[in-house]
Parts: sequence; structure tokens; C-alpha cells
Amino acid sequence: MSEPQTFGRRAFQLTIIYALLIATALFLLFPLLYGLAISFMTADEITVYPPKFLPDGLNLTSYETVLSRLPIPRYLFNSLLISTTVMIGQLVTASLAAYAFAIRRFRGRGLIFGLFLSTLMIPWEVTLIPNFQTIQAWGWTDNYLGLIAPFVATAFGTFMLRQFFLTIPQELHDAATIDGCGSLRYLVQIVLPLSRPALGTLAIYGFLQTWNQFLWPLLVTNQKEMRTIQIGLNYLLNEETISFNNTMAGVILAIIPTMVLLIVGQRQLVRGLTAGAVKG
Amino acid sequence: MRLANGEGLVGEQSATRAMARPHASSARARSRRETAISLLYLLPSLIVFGVFIFYPLFKSIYLSLFASDPFGLGRTPFVGLRQYEIALKSQSYRDGLGVTVLYTLYTVPLGILIALGLAVLANLRVRGIGFFRTVYALPIGVSVGAASIVFLLLYNSRAGVLNYFLNTLGLPSVEWLTEPRAALWAVAILSIWAGIGFNFIVLLSGLQGIPEELYESARIDGANNARIFRSITLPMLMPTLFFVLIVSTINAFQSFAQIHILTKGGPANATNVVVYSIYREAFFNFQTGYASAQAVILFVIILILTAIQFLVIERRVHYA
Repeated sequence: MSEPQTFGRRAFQLTIIYALLIATALFLLFPLLYGLAISFMTADEITVYPPKFLPDGLNLTSYETVLSRLPIPRYLFNSLLISTTVMIGQLVTASLAAYAFAIRRFRGRGLIFGLFLSTLMIPWEVTLIPNFQTIQAWGWTDNYLGLIAPFVATAFGTFMLRQFFLTIPQELHDAATIDGCGSLRYLVQIVLPLSRPALGTLAIYGFLQTWNQFLWPLLVTNQKEMRTIQIGLNYLLNEETISFNNTMAGVILAIIPTMVLLIVGQRQLVRGLTAGAVKG
Repeated sequence: MRLANGEGLVGEQSATRAMARPHASSARARSRRETAISLLYLLPSLIVFGVFIFYPLFKSIYLSLFASDPFGLGRTPFVGLRQYEIALKSQSYRDGLGVTVLYTLYTVPLGILIALGLAVLANLRVRGIGFFRTVYALPIGVSVGAASIVFLLLYNSRAGVLNYFLNTLGLPSVEWLTEPRAALWAVAILSIWAGIGFNFIVLLSGLQGIPEELYESARIDGANNARIFRSITLPMLMPTLFFVLIVSTINAFQSFAQIHILTKGGPANATNVVVYSIYREAFFNFQTGYASAQAVILFVIILILTAIQFLVIERRVHYA
């Protein structure tokens, strides 16, 4: 083998790989980067042709305008409260159910598991109208309960946790039971600590899903103070002429929390989904 | 032995004691207790599913059998399957189904292919790859609602940057949101972008689950990269691809926010997918019964599609 030649080939390959990585990354990120640039521009800057891709400076007027026109902090607080509560609820209900499916033996287990999975096949739009009627009948419109309650159980999350719990050796359960460890204590003190990666994934996934909801919060909120950030943003589009710099400032404010969550938790998300989606 | 935890509502016997007295009756009692306790664990989820998924499913079917009273006088005569008949015969509902299918065909295959390409790229072991993985996953952190607003800016016909790019390439401008043929593509492109993050993450984790030894032995046997991809990567990735296919299809059939924000079903109903027309029928025209019939039909179609995907495609999926 001639060393210099292989080295040259490797360098060539690396160049192509990095070129591809950078090009695809820029292409994918372009809408966000462009939106970010627009949010720093003045009204004059965004109307010029050919369009500008970089702002003249970090002009924060759009952010000030949006923050003065809409109660963005309140919207963010609503979304944060709802998403966090749903996330915790899902972690609790899914852990309990996954534990029953993965570790306990009981009659009808296959049947009930099938029932859980069947909920994945029932599209949201079929349940939409009756759910809206239920929430209305209970007086839960414009109420956090109406935004939270329908989502605190998750078949997908239960399935994911079950796949993970199945990898915990059954002997551990038998040994703990013989030592007099009750089943709830076994779940809390042994299974859950061992399953931190899967729980982390479910937490991030559940949070993002809830944060990004659109149709349901649109239906069950009317008052301004109860809107989530996704619905609140929509009101920036209802003006006579859309001023895109203000709108983009709103979008950037709305996506910062989830961007941070994703950048911090991305590794976690990948690791947990591996366990859930692939091990069939 | 006593129960150490607080769940002793049902009084679970310890395994050792039951084993020491193997009477048929006590074994049966034990299994009944096991079942009862297990049901307690399942109860929170079952209540939520019961109230917000199973009950509404049957309620929708029930509602679909009654005509609605748009004037709110409380008269809702039983009409049987009439509204199904009306929906299936109505040109606008059929057009809606057509648009939905077309939209699914635009978004699902392309969305999976692009994400697969990115996942293969991001699975290469080069320095700094973690950064690119985060970038490719990033769209999952942008809600479809927020992404739609950004794309509204890109598609803008007056100052839109997309048309600027087309013009620089010597191509004519496209009226992205007002030209019927372009509008569905405009919605589809945004949906593909918004879906890439999830597909990418799942496919990447699928790629990382393929054992390294398989690649090594193939390389020793002298297989080239294309051959390795076809004979090892793709077959091993099939279960993951199948999972992504099912999830993407179901998602495509439920798309709402992007249509609400970008086109409101227009122009000339070119993007009026079934979900959007259900929304308008139920919450603006107050035709709850008719909207329910439309929703049930859509549900059956999704069920059939998923069943076909399972029967036809899963048979070829190789589970390691």
C-alpha cells in the first residue's frame, strides 16, 4: 500500500463529505436563518429588491413592537405550563402502564396491550368534535384543564417505555419480590432509575408535541390570556398588511424554548428513540 | 411477609408464600389479585383513553347518524347513513379526498428519502458530526405553525425570496399560494421541511442500531459502498423505514396548521384536505353530524391504508 496515495484519497473524501454536510445544513437551516435576519431588519430594509439577506445591524424594534402588541410572555408561560404538565402526566401514566405490560403477568395482558396500540390508529380528527363537546360540557374551555387532560396518557410513550423495561432482566424482579420488595417500590426504586434514557426521550418528545399543538388550543381557547404561543403568533397574521419583520420576531421568540430544549436534549432523544423504534 | 409499599389495597401475596402452598384455589386467587393490581397500574391511561379516544370514537359514529340543526333549535333527526351517502356522492368531498391523497404522495416519499439521505450522511464518523446531527434534527423543535409563518415569508410573491432565487436562475416567478397547482406543492414543501427532524432522528437511530460486524465482514468480502448499502444497510433498516412510513402517512392525513396558515384550503379548494373541510363544516357551518360522517369515512380510509401497509410491505420487512 502506498501511504501518500491513500492519504490523498482520504483527504479528497473528507472534503466531499464536509462540502455535502455544510451544503445540506445551510439549505435546511435557510428558512430559519433568513427569518432571524428579517427579524432584525427595519421596514425599509425588508421591502428592497433584490432582497437583503443580512440586516444592517441588530435592530431590535421588531421585538419591541411584538412584545408591546401581544402578551408574548403570557403566551410562553401558558405553553410552558401546559407542556410541562402534560409531559409529567405522560411520564407517570406511561411508566405505570408500561410496567404492567413489561414486567407483570396477568390475564388479558395481550388484549389490553392491543387496545393501547389501537389508539395509535385512531386519528385525532375522528375524536375532535366529541372531545370539543366534552370539554365544553365540563366548562373546561379557556381553562388549562381542557388543554391538558386529553393528552396525559400516551400509547406511543407506553410502547416505548415497555420496550425499554423489557430489557431489564426478569430475574431482578423475581429476586426483589423474594426479598419482599413491593411492586410499586420495585418500579420506583429499580425500574425507573434504570430507564432514565427512555424517560428522558419521552419527556422531550411529549413536551415538543404539546408545545407544537395547533388545532386543539385553537378550538378550546377564546380569551387572549389563555392562548398558547402557537395560537398567539397566528394573530400577527390577522393584521391588514403583514409586517414580516415583526412577525419573524414573534416566531423567533416562540421557537427559542424548543430550540434550546432540542440542542440540549438531542443526544438523549436519539438514544431513547433507538430503544423504542427499532427493537421490535 | 408484609407488603412494604403503599399499594396494598388489594393485598398482594408474596411470590414465596404462594409457591409454598400450591393449592389450585390459592393460585387462582393469586392470579386474580395479580390481574386486579395490574389493572390499577393501567387505570390512569385507560381512563384518559376511554374518555378522550374510545368514547369520542363511538360518539362520532353516533353523531354521524343524525342531521344537525344549524339554527340551534335542538332538532336533530335520525337520518341513518344518509350523510355518508351525501358525502361520498358530493364532488367537493371527493375532491377533498383526492387532494388529501395527492398531498400525502407529495410529502411522504420525498420526506423519507431526504431524511434517509441526511441520516446516512450524519452516520459517517468524521469530526464535528455531532453538530450536523443537531442541525438536521432542528426542524423538530420548530412547530408546524411557526414554520408555516416563516414559509409564508419565503413564498411571498411580492418580496418573496424563493421567487428571487428562481429569477436568478432564469426561471419565471411562481404564484406559490394563489396558483392552484403550485399551492399544494407549497404546503407540501413546508410539511416536508417540518417533518425532516423527526424522520431524521428515527432513521439515524435505526442506522446506528446496525451491528458494525456486518459492515466489517462485507468489506472483508470485498463489497463496495453501494453494494453494502443495498445488501446490508437497506434490509437492516427496513423495520425503521416501515415505522417512519406509517407515522408519516398518518401525520400527512392529519395536517391542519400549515393549511390553516398558508392557504385556508384555497385557492379554489386546491389545498382543501379533508381535515380542513371537517374543521370548517363542524366549527363554522355547525354541521356536526355531516362533519362526523366525513371524519368516520376518513378514519376507515386510514385504517385500510395502514392495514395494506402492514400486509403488503411488512411481509417484506426483515426483522433482525
